[in-house]
Amino acid sequence: MRHFTIVGLLVFLLTALTYAGLTAIGLMPVQASAQAIPIDWMWNWQILAISFFFSLIMVPMVYSLVVFRKKPGDDTDAEHIEGHTNLEIAWTVFPLIIVVIFAYLGAFSLGETRKVDPNAMVINVTARQFAWSFEYPEYGIVSDKLHLPYNRQVLLKMQSEDVIHSFWVPEFRLKQDVVPGRITEYRVTPYLVGEYKVRCAEICGANHSYMEANVIVDEVVTFDAWVAEQQALASVKTPEGLGKQIATANGCVGCHSATSSPLPSAPTWFGLFGSQVELADGTTVTADEAFIKESILDPKAKEVKGYSPTIMPAFALSDEEIANLTAYIKSLK
Amino acid sequence: MKRFFGSALMRGLFWQVVGLLVGAGLVTGIRAIMGLSTIEGPFFFTEPAWVLGAFVGVICFLVGSGVTSDWIKWARGIDTPDHHEDHYTGWEKILNVSVDHKVIGIQYTMTALVLISLGGLFALIFRVELAQSGLQFLTQEFKLFDQNGLALYNSLMSLHGMVMIVSILLGTAGFINYVVPLLIGAQDMAFPRMNAFAYWIAPPAAVLLILSLILGGVSTGWTGYPPLSAKSPMGMQMFFLGVFVAGWSSILGALNNIVTVIRMRAKGMTAWKMPILVWAAVATSLISLTATQLIGLSFQLVMFQRLFGMGFFDPDKGGNPVLFQHLFWFYSHPAVYVFILPGLGVVSELLPVFVRKPLFGYRWIAMSSLGIALVGFVVWAHHMFTSGMNEYLRLPFMYSTLLVAIPTGVKFFSWTATLWGGKIRTPTPMLFVLGSIVVFLMGGLSGPPNATVSTDLHLHDTYFIVGHFHDTIFGGFVFPFFAAIYYWFPKATGRRMNEPLGKIHFWLMTPSFIALTLLMMRVGLIGMRRRIADYDPGLGIDGYHMIMTVMAFLIATSVLVFFYNFFTSLKKGEKAEGNLWNSRSPEWQVPSPMPAHNYETPFEVVGEPYDYGLKDNGFIKFIEPSKGAHK
Repeated sequence: MRHFTIVGLLVFLLTALTYAGLTAIGLMPVQASAQAIPIDWMWNWQILAISFFFSLIMVPMVYSLVVFRKKPGDDTDAEHIEGHTNLEIAWTVFPLIIVVIFAYLGAFSLGETRKVDPNAMVINVTARQFAWSFEYPEYGIVSDKLHLPYNRQVLLKMQSEDVIHSFWVPEFRLKQDVVPGRITEYRVTPYLVGEYKVRCAEICGANHSYMEANVIVDEVVTFDAWVAEQQALASVKTPEGLGKQIATANGCVGCHSATSSPLPSAPTWFGLFGSQVELADGTTVTADEAFIKESILDPKAKEVKGYSPTIMPAFALSDEEIANLTAYIKSLK
Repeated sequence: MKRFFGSALMRGLFWQVVGLLVGAGLVTGIRAIMGLSTIEGPFFFTEPAWVLGAFVGVICFLVGSGVTSDWIKWARGIDTPDHHEDHYTGWEKILNVSVDHKVIGIQYTMTALVLISLGGLFALIFRVELAQSGLQFLTQEFKLFDQNGLALYNSLMSLHGMVMIVSILLGTAGFINYVVPLLIGAQDMAFPRMNAFAYWIAPPAAVLLILSLILGGVSTGWTGYPPLSAKSPMGMQMFFLGVFVAGWSSILGALNNIVTVIRMRAKGMTAWKMPILVWAAVATSLISLTATQLIGLSFQLVMFQRLFGMGFFDPDKGGNPVLFQHLFWFYSHPAVYVFILPGLGVVSELLPVFVRKPLFGYRWIAMSSLGIALVGFVVWAHHMFTSGMNEYLRLPFMYSTLLVAIPTGVKFFSWTATLWGGKIRTPTPMLFVLGSIVVFLMGGLSGPPNATVSTDLHLHDTYFIVGHFHDTIFGGFVFPFFAAIYYWFPKATGRRMNEPLGKIHFWLMTPSFIALTLLMMRVGLIGMRRRIADYDPGLGIDGYHMIMTVMAFLIATSVLVFFYNFFTSLKKGEKAEGNLWNSRSPEWQVPSPMPAHNYETPFEVVGEPYDYGLKDNGFIKFIEPSKGAHK
């Protein structure tokens, strides 16, 4: 009986310590969405259950190893105990009850994350190897960054142009695959102003690691200002402006940087036009209109040194679109 | 040297190459006649040519190694002796065809160890790349086998997964093959030739998996999801074919095992008197026999999509990518129970020996294995909570998945109760048994958050999952596998492995592994996705990754200690020919190494398998041959 009392106390103690320890470490990133709240609530219950069951097995086990280890010189067998049916029933039924409760809590918290606001703002998301683009049908703008207003539910209608991708913002907690041939939905209500990243969570090819895009949650005022600015930019019909929109809508900017620091998968466009490009076969070529056009229509024709030509798909753009895009690239210096 | 190159393995490999060239040449010839391209891309032959060639190569390996010789002779009306006496000794035994279940068990085990080393090597390579954010050596400029660094990372990561899975299947088949007939008192498996055939499928399948790395790599992870796998380089096809072929081995092995247990038990060994590992082996075999077809099928469908343009999973042709995931996980979830049930059986089998107390709740543990196996068939879609499948279906799968906790819990509680009040000894095999329980507990407890839909939305496809399943696989397979090797090594060789080295192996591996997986879970929660070659330094997880890489190398070091111990003990180990562990189990009642035809005299069951502490006549009694009528 003494053994059971000690073990009981130790189980209680270790449960408290494990739970307090795990909570103190801060396991989850910041909560940036309304949906993160029920998920973290569920997670908290799970941590408690994990702490308890961990202690419930570990304490008697370690206790046995210390107290019931073989005494030196004692080669006899231990007491013959075959089992205990009531005990077996108890540790079948008791966990079963816990499981049913936890399954209910799980279903409940899932329901909380799926609450639908009929006035949610719709954003069309397109995923492709290895870029995200975001279209706001309400405002007629396209962006390579996901700007979201604070505390308004958004409904992302997501489609993929090639393989399966997965939309995950760790701070939002939610994840949804983007599957070619269908539209999948992702509802989120941003709850914390800040900058996060959407990270593709389903392997989608060589540059999967780099398939990330910025997610910016703004105050409503700042968001509206951003929308107005984007609309103003979109209304200017200069070739450079149109070219920039083409670059965003087709996901070019996911790999090709517009600044002097290149992204890992592709050469930067900054200062590209008119420069000498070194190819994998050792020759160089001038980045002129013809080279840019060929690289868009048939990316495998000329392999730029240091980059894999298999990453970029061919884009069937019209001559006019290519001219606008080239004008945009020209403007980057 | 001549005996090495004349061995069945080397003959098989030779004929596999010949078969590959003949098959590929055949397709190329037909394509030439049809006016299609004959030679293209960086790998000389076209994809259809490689695929058919690889398939013909496997068949040629099997015929060339001689494992089908008896069947061919029978088909031609030539009789062969029932038993082939092995005339090989030492390493030659392993490289040549034998129908003795003990030799086949050792062949499986050795092949598993080779593949575990290979898979581990892959892991070390990409673990080094992950030690820091940014690309260090698997860079864009890096070129090998027509892949840049990032693509090669994906190939190594995918093959780490699949090579390890195959090695686990072979490893479990290893100890099941070696031990189960001994435990039930059979002279051999029910179908010795099929047993050999099932083993000899593994080497050519392993060759195909390695070939996939060379022929452009595997870009999808071990799951091979289309559409990505339908667009990947040709290595993908070799990968699919390798797994497809390896599946035959599982199916045939499982069938053989079930028949053996049903038909060949010793006199008096009723179901409730079977050693617990036999129960686990049956539960495992039921899954392998009935579910393996699904992974073969799903991979075959993608192969056909690529070869013949059939649009099973191609949305442009009316196919459905999510369908693949259902087919794939219908095997691949039960498969994880194939990996762990035999290991948990080893834990239950060894625990009473070292605690000197009966296995607590024997019948409950036996039933829990079957329970896990059966529930395992209706939980597959928990891998797909974010896949875009029907939303309302997620809840029933959450309930069914959480139910797995019940039989698993029964095992844990029963093990704890077995330890309670025992007289516990801790030689190396027992240490690994205890390590298995702790690590599997961590794997088990990190499971329910993934089974619960709401929390899984965050955890899915992150390093949390990676940590979780490495815990379950190490706890459910790797630790018990080492325990089994340390425990039955004297039975197979007549010598025991070195104790101090075994303890160094354990104490080096266990803390490193626990630290490794806890950190995996930690970084996963913070935002580290699965299957990425590089991560955002902004996540602040560089330090954790460095520690994980160091831990991975410590584990590798401990395994090197194991190999050193293993090979030196073969020749120089302390002699151990008797009942080294003082076990009641039948195989320890005869001298080691085990005689060629197992038990010279058959035995009958007169007691319970784990009645330690009871003054009875033991578990079995050998039947004295009456008037020399035996044989």
